[in-house]
Amino acid sequence: MAEDRPKRIAIIAGHGGLDEAYPPLILATSAVAMEMEAAIFFTFYGLFIVHKERKNRLKVAPVGNAAMPVPVPNIIGILPGMTNMATGMMKNWMKKANTASIDDLLEMCIEFDVRLISCQMSMDVMGIKKEDLIDGIETAGAASFLEYAMDADITLYM
Amino acid sequence: MADITPDEVLDCSGMSCPMPVLKTKKAVDKLQPGQVLKMIATDPGSQPDMEAWTKKTGHELLQSEKDGDKFVFFIKKVG
Repeated sequence: MAEDRPKRIAIIAGHGGLDEAYPPLILATSAVAMEMEAAIFFTFYGLFIVHKERKNRLKVAPVGNAAMPVPVPNIIGILPGMTNMATGMMKNWMKKANTASIDDLLEMCIEFDVRLISCQMSMDVMGIKKEDLIDGIETAGAASFLEYAMDADITLYM
Repeated sequence: MADITPDEVLDCSGMSCPMPVLKTKKAVDKLQPGQVLKMIATDPGSQPDMEAWTKKTGHELLQSEKDGDKFVFFIKKVG
């Protein structure tokens, strides 16, 4: 029975940091390249990954980030400008590594028919409207995601 | 190794994960079965990734070699 359909990955993107936006998009697009089906359910801050205004302004949090390359005490991390510094550092690394942009990866998601689902409840909580989000996204609730994820071979919360 | 004449060439030099795999998938989709794609990448991760990708998709990795700082792959479309 399982052999009759393609393998499937179901991902929940629940965070909106720059470094947190990449893994779901990379895994979903790569999955389709490997002839799998993929869906990403964007919930809470994860919605910013597909938010027209916010997706190109995602940031890296210096506070509570124990992996900062230059150890930054949280008390310093809270100072104005530190988030931009941490974000700038990450963007600089990405530029050097020639990493694809969030827009590039979202375009690939659309082209590869990755199912993009925004969480209705999070949108209501955060005052985000359907038109604030990129085209090609559907809006649904937990049951819709579960219905898809129930038949998934890989399920990830990121 | 025997020279392989590719039907298409895809240069992914400078690109990082996941772009070489995504572009390769798109390029192979456009080929006819039996045709060969030559893909060039500089991402060292492309070597294990192309092996994994061909293993799962069933396309044939005819050749995978390192040429200086470049990785060169010949992939034959199957089916």
